[in-house]
This record gives sequence, C-alpha cells and structure tokens, in this order.
Amino acid sequence: MPQVTLTVNGKRHTVEVEGRTLLVELLREKLGLTGTHVGCDTSQCGACVVHVDGVSAKSCTMLALQADGTSVLTIEGVAAADGTLHPMQEMFREHHALQCGFCTPGMVMSAIDLVNSHPGGLTEKQIREGLEGNLCRCTGYHNIVKAIAAAWPLMHGKAAAAE
Amino acid sequence: MPFEGIGAAVRRKEDARFLSGHGSYTDDINRPGQLYAFVRRSDRPHAKIRSIDTSAAATAPGVVAVYTGADMAAENIGGLPCGWQIHSKDGSPMKEPPHPVLAVDKVRHVGDPIAVVIAETKQAAKDASEQIVIDYEDLPAVASLRDAIAPGAALVHDDAPGNICYDWHIGDKVVVDAAFAKAAKVVKLDLTNNRLIPNAMEPRAAIGEFDGYSGDYTLYTTSQNPHVIRLLMGAFVLHIPENKLRVVAPDVGGGFGSKIYHYAEEAIVTWAAGKVRRPVKWTAERTESFMSDAHGRDHDTTAEMALDAEGNFLALRVSTLANMGGYLSTFAPCVPTYLYATLLAGVYKTPVIYCEVKAVFTNTVPVDAYRGAGRPEATFLLERLVDACAYDTKTDRVAIRRKNFIPADAFPYQTPVALQYDSGNYQATLDACLKAADHAGFESRRTTAAAKGKLRGMGVSTYLEACGIAPSAVVGSLGARAGLYEVANIKVHPTGSVTVYTGTHSHGQGHETTLAQLVCSQLGVPLDQVDIVHGDTAKIPFGMGTYGSRSLAVGGSAMVKAMDKIIVKGKKIAAHLMEASVDDIEFKDGTFSVAGTDKTKTLTDISLAAYVPHNYPIEELEPGLDETSFYDPKNFTFPGGCHVAEVEIDKDTGVVEVVNFVAVDDVGRVINPMIVEGQVQGGVAQGIGQALLEHAVYDESGQLLSGSMMDYTMPRADDLPNITVGTEITLCTHNPLGVKGCGEVGAIGSPPAVINAIIDALKAYDVRHIDMPATPQKLWSIMAAK
Repeated sequence: MPQVTLTVNGKRHTVEVEGRTLLVELLREKLGLTGTHVGCDTSQCGACVVHVDGVSAKSCTMLALQADGTSVLTIEGVAAADGTLHPMQEMFREHHALQCGFCTPGMVMSAIDLVNSHPGGLTEKQIREGLEGNLCRCTGYHNIVKAIAAAWPLMHGKAAAAE
Repeated sequence: MPFEGIGAAVRRKEDARFLSGHGSYTDDINRPGQLYAFVRRSDRPHAKIRSIDTSAAATAPGVVAVYTGADMAAENIGGLPCGWQIHSKDGSPMKEPPHPVLAVDKVRHVGDPIAVVIAETKQAAKDASEQIVIDYEDLPAVASLRDAIAPGAALVHDDAPGNICYDWHIGDKVVVDAAFAKAAKVVKLDLTNNRLIPNAMEPRAAIGEFDGYSGDYTLYTTSQNPHVIRLLMGAFVLHIPENKLRVVAPDVGGGFGSKIYHYAEEAIVTWAAGKVRRPVKWTAERTESFMSDAHGRDHDTTAEMALDAEGNFLALRVSTLANMGGYLSTFAPCVPTYLYATLLAGVYKTPVIYCEVKAVFTNTVPVDAYRGAGRPEATFLLERLVDACAYDTKTDRVAIRRKNFIPADAFPYQTPVALQYDSGNYQATLDACLKAADHAGFESRRTTAAAKGKLRGMGVSTYLEACGIAPSAVVGSLGARAGLYEVANIKVHPTGSVTVYTGTHSHGQGHETTLAQLVCSQLGVPLDQVDIVHGDTAKIPFGMGTYGSRSLAVGGSAMVKAMDKIIVKGKKIAAHLMEASVDDIEFKDGTFSVAGTDKTKTLTDISLAAYVPHNYPIEELEPGLDETSFYDPKNFTFPGGCHVAEVEIDKDTGVVEVVNFVAVDDVGRVINPMIVEGQVQGGVAQGIGQALLEHAVYDESGQLLSGSMMDYTMPRADDLPNITVGTEITLCTHNPLGVKGCGEVGAIGSPPAVINAIIDALKAYDVRHIDMPATPQKLWSIMAAK
C-alpha cells in the first residue's frame, strides 16, 4: 500500500493508505482525530473542513495521497495546548453558535479561514456567502454569523466593536 | 456566586468539548476488534425478490459474513414494531403489515434493506455488497397519495385494500355540516404539505457488541430515546431481555424527530454482533440517509371554513390524505391524527370542527414525525385558510384573526377537538410581534422596494401547538402503546456536588446546561458542581427520551419532584443535627435553617452526614441523598405565538429573499433565554426551508429524485435572514416549572408566515394560494402568465 507523510496539528505522521483513501478517512480512522466529521457524501455539508497548508479544504474531497507533504490543521489543533480556546471557538460559545455540535468543527475551520482571508473587514453578507460550503441544521446560522463577526476584531488585533 | 439559575442566559457547559473536536458521536466510537457493516438496499420502488445470490460477496476479500432476511427469519427475528394503534371510523384497527428488518420476499421502497455484508473494513463491506446478485421481478409502484388511492392502484401491502392504513375522523360531522348549511360564506382551499427529509447533520450510525461470556449486548446508536430502542428492539425484534441489553445514545448530532424511531440497522448490527462475536459498526452514507431516515409531512388536504356575515368562524371541515410510506414507522400513525387534527382549533374559537384523515401506504420511505410533527401541517392549513378567508371576504388579515381569537380570559379553554388549553394570550403575542416587525411602517417599505423593482410582502401567522408529550392516560386512550412518563434520578454526592440522571436526551438542546440550571435554582448548587447524565440505559433508571418538546415540561418536572424529595429528606437530617423539629426547618439557597434562630446547615453538611454519618437518625431514616421520581404530565402544554415574515420577490427571476423575520412566542417560563432564542431561530430556519427550498420529490415510478444534498435544497447561511425572537409569557398552569416548550415552535409557526408574505407580495397578480416550496420557477411562472 502507498505511504503518505504529512504533518497534522504540528505532528509528523507516515501512514499506509489505499489509493482511494480520503484525507478525512486518514484523519478519523488512521490518526483517531474524530473531531473532523463526515456529514454527507457529495461535498456539500462542510462538516469535514480542515486547513491544508493554511487554507480551508473539505477533507472528504481530497485523497490522502494528495495531502502528502502538507501541513494539516484539524479542529483538535485549534485551541492552545493548555486548552485555551481560539477566539473563534470562544465567540462561538459566547454567541451560542452551536447546538448539536456536529457541523461545528467544520464551521469553525471555515470561519477561521474566512476571517484570516479578509483582513480589511467582513460584512454580514460576506460572512453568509463565505459559509456557503457549510451546512448547519440546528442554529439557522443567525448566531454563527454573529460569532464570526465578533471574532474578526479579536483575530485581527482590533478592539471589539461595542455591541 | 453569579446568577446561574432559572432565567439566566448562562453559556453552555457542553460547548467546550464540541468546539475542540472532543464530542463523542457514535461514529467516533471504535470498539476493539470492530467489523463494519454495509447494507445492500433496494434500488427498486416495488418488486418481488426472486432470489438473492450472496456467494460471491461471501468470499470477497475481508468479508466475514453476509446475511439476508431469510437468515433472520430462520432465527425468528421479529419485524420492526409500531408504537401507536389508530382505529378507523368503523372501529376497525389500522392495517399494520409486517415490517421485516431485512426484506424477505418483496421490497417496498427504494432504500429498503435487503442484505448486510460484515467485513474487516468499511470499504471491503461496501465492495462486496456490490457482488450480491438480486433477481427482482418489478411490480407497478404507487409513489404519490393520489396514485395510491386511485381505483385499481397497485397494492403496497396485499392486506391493505386501496392502500388505506386507516380512515379516521374526529368531530361531529352532522353538526359541522349543519353549520356549513347556514353559513353566510364558505371559504375552501386545497393544499399540500410538502414532503421533507429531516437531514440532521450527523448521519445515523450504530455499533452492536456482544460479550459471549456474559451474554450481554450493547448497542451504541444515534437515538433520541435509548430506553425506547431497548424496549422495542429487545422485546419485539431480537428477544433479548433488558438485563442483557444496554443501549447507549452518546453525543447525537441533531435529531428533529428522525432519530426517535427504531430502525432496521440497529437490530442488524446488534444481532450480527452476536453471530460473529465481534463488534459491528454501521454508519449511514448521506445517500442512505435520504432513502432510509423517516421523512416528514406529505399531506394533501381540502379545508373549508364556514363564516357568518360578520366574519366570525362558524365551523371548520377538513379532509386529509396522509402518506405513511411503505411501512409504519414507530410513531407514524399518531402524527396525522392526534398531533394534527386535534390542533385544528388553533388559536381560534371556531365552535365546531370535523376532520377526516385517510392514512395511505405508498412505495416511498416511511413517513413519521419531523420537527413539529402534525402541528406544522395543522398550522399551515389554518393560517393559509384564515388568510384565504380575509382574501375572499376582503377583510384585513390581522382584523379577522383578532375577531376570532380565543380571548385571554377564556382559559382553561375546551376546544371542539379534544384538547383543553390551559393558558395563553394570543392578542399579546400578536401585538408584540407586529410592533417588533414594524407592521405599521410596512406599506412605505413596500413602496420603496417597488422602486427597486422588487415585490415586497408581509405575512402573519398566529399559531398554537401542543407539546410536553404526553399525559399517559390520555395518549393511552388514543392508541399509544406506552405511557409517556419521564424519570429523574438525582444524586447529591457526599461533598455536595450533584449528578442528575435524566431519561430525556440532548442532541443539541443544551440539557447539560438548562437542566443543571434547575438544580442551581432549587438546591442552590453552583452550575459547575452539577452534571447531567443522559443517553445510557445502564446508568439511567428509565426514560422516554426527547421529542415533542417534552424534556423540560416532563423531564424537568420529574427533576423538580426528585429535588422536592431531597429537600424533604434533607430537612429531616437537618432537624436531627440541629436538634429541632422538622416542621421548623426551612430550606433556601442551599441552606437549611431553624426558623427564628441563627442555626444553619449547608446542603453539603447534610449530604456528608447522609453518607458518612457519625450522628444520624439511623433508626428513622436510611442514609444517602439520592432520589428518583417519575412525572406524568396532567395535560399537554400549549405554546403559541405570532410569526411575521417580510419578503422581497425579484420580478425577473422569481427569487424570494426573506428580508425580515420576527417570532414572538409564548413558551411558558424561560429557563435560559439564550437557548430559547437559538431553538426558535433553528426551528424558523427549518420552516423557511420548508416554505422556500425543501421538497422530497419522487418520480411516478417511485424513484427518489431529491436523493442527495445536491438535489435536496438545504437552507444555507445566505438563504436565511436574521431571525428576531421575542417572548411574551403566560405560565403553564399544570407543571411545577410553568414551562411549555420551545423546540418546535419555530418550525410550526413560520411556514405559513412566509407563504402569506409571498402571496401578499404578489397582490397585483391576484394569487390566492401557493403550495410549498415557493420556488423561483413557481413564482416566475405566476408572474409571467399575467
């Protein structure tokens, strides 16, 4: 079986995979990182979003072999080592942006990339369009949009706008 | 200590694990030596199975076993049972055809399970399943309600003539017909409640495990009610006694009703684990979810309202066809009857009502309760019909509602369709909602929108629902095969922390927080010292789970009763320790005190004394501070309120944008306003999804056309508006917390508000009704035809 070598959450792994093994299967089944979820089989739901070399990607839509040599960040690697939540995680909690929690890892990973890639600011419309690839069945998105807007100033070192 | 009790918007205790990827959903669990199951399903809507050849699959690489329905039948494995029996008008019981776990001689819908492959890896199981050769003899199929009841239609079950499961009614037809005969005006509407697919984000999954030495089975499953699954699967399907069957529903990623029912795959993995003596895991691919999770809604209805010359409602007459699908799912028969027709009074004082419902088998996936279950169907009907009354009589739609509301001083109010409402104030929720939605300023917004080429409309829905399921004697008399009690076991540990074992189940609702808030308020224990345990039959005495917005109203009430017992016992211990009379002991904010003195003992003093006593009334009282209570509600609870939607339609494309949505609901006492707001917003999102986007579509032959997330339109962030939520409270009068429930109101009240707004926006086109979903194509066609 072919081998793939990649860094996940700062740790290097070499893993045997089948040619057809998906990145999400490698993460969940070979590395035991079950925070990345599978919610569909048509690349629609975004529960499996991780960062590959700093950019969000649906890990169900990438073969494990394609991730050879990359650095992958999953939801398990987002909080600080001492457990302190990332500002995006903290704002999701503060604004009740999760209910069942299943879409949450992918949603948080997409949201972090969305904020990172918009250093000049993010409108509500941009946030809603930026979440096009992530489905949530519980929240109606209202509080997710609020959480992302609240995380933007924290992540870009700006004082949070008064609510 | 910060205020963390009832009414505080405390942040959720469960969030940290979900946000950091440390939730434990069923598919995240792996058991030592685990094998994988893949289910081979029917791709035919209706066919006889002539033969199944599993020989190639059985010898494929990595395959451990292949089983078919014949293997299960050989071991007398039972069919999947139905939990509710309805009787027809003529007194005969509903047709209740067998529902084999794996199809034996016939398949009845696309997705019907036929065989299962157990293999070392998921991929091996799936590969091998493709090598199973099934020789079908295709039969004509009936996919729609109208086709199924047509004369000479193919029969889904040979013993259900005309494909009728039951022909049921409620109300006095003679009296209602007489009222119609005298009416000044009759308003009639034909409407469809579109079929939906629940699509909780976590696909269903199950792991079966068997210990060959003890004979113990364990099932991990994505369930809203593990005890119900243990009861049904153990007693009726696999014949495993309850002491040998543990069912665990760990973190569950959304349910919305679809994870209430006992599904074939749960029985398959449990049984197969016993056969192969290794754990067996099955996880649905989303495509399987589309063709095997119970669907929702799917009604065809004719509704008529009789009015007098002043616009007062005199009588309501309703005739409904309700789709059951190919088999009866666990709760299916009660949804279009007791969760639907009994709601047809709504918030109105309509004096007489008659409703008849024919439940119909079709060659489609079974249909059962989906968020709201029957009440959204009743509400869509009523709120569309009331708008049609306003339209036909050229009356203001708000005025006609106000005129017919049950007045605030009329409670308790007995409806003509069995329910007795305990409390409500529909004028108040309407007033608050219209104000928050700036109803008064709407016409100027319509004018502004018109200048941009947009058609703007506002829609109102004033609704009521019945939840807090359910008073056991009542539902028993209506055909429920089990009472609907709830159970709480509350342990105050020696040093004063608390564990609550609840029979309800949280799959997004936030019980680990809200139920802990009840303990904060009643026992004065800080939130971080209270743990809520749910979802494991090995830990919890019993429980009926979470659906029908019952967790607080029924499960929370059981907790209150158990805590009452703890306080009673604590007072006895305190009286002994402080050498006072029990009658003089008071309990407040976690402290027992002797009235009129400065003598006090904390709950921790008492709990320590209760477990490791030096000085204890051992002759009179057993040690320990651990109480269990069952609570059976006296009535349903009746949340209600008003939803207002404001939409803009693009004239060129027919695309609808919901530009504003306001919900003002009476959910009874609010335990955590943050969570209530989130529950309502989520429900409204599903309601807007039903109104604009979602539709489970079968073609005439019975193939599911909307069988993936690329075909079935799930609401996305840019499809939805901000959703403003308000509450206007009257307390429930019959449960100790005064709570009514908030889980389903959003999905119940919102669809007609959206459709009413669209019809309002299309004023110039003289549209009287549009069925859901109001797709751009539908609206463009209406506009283009003018």
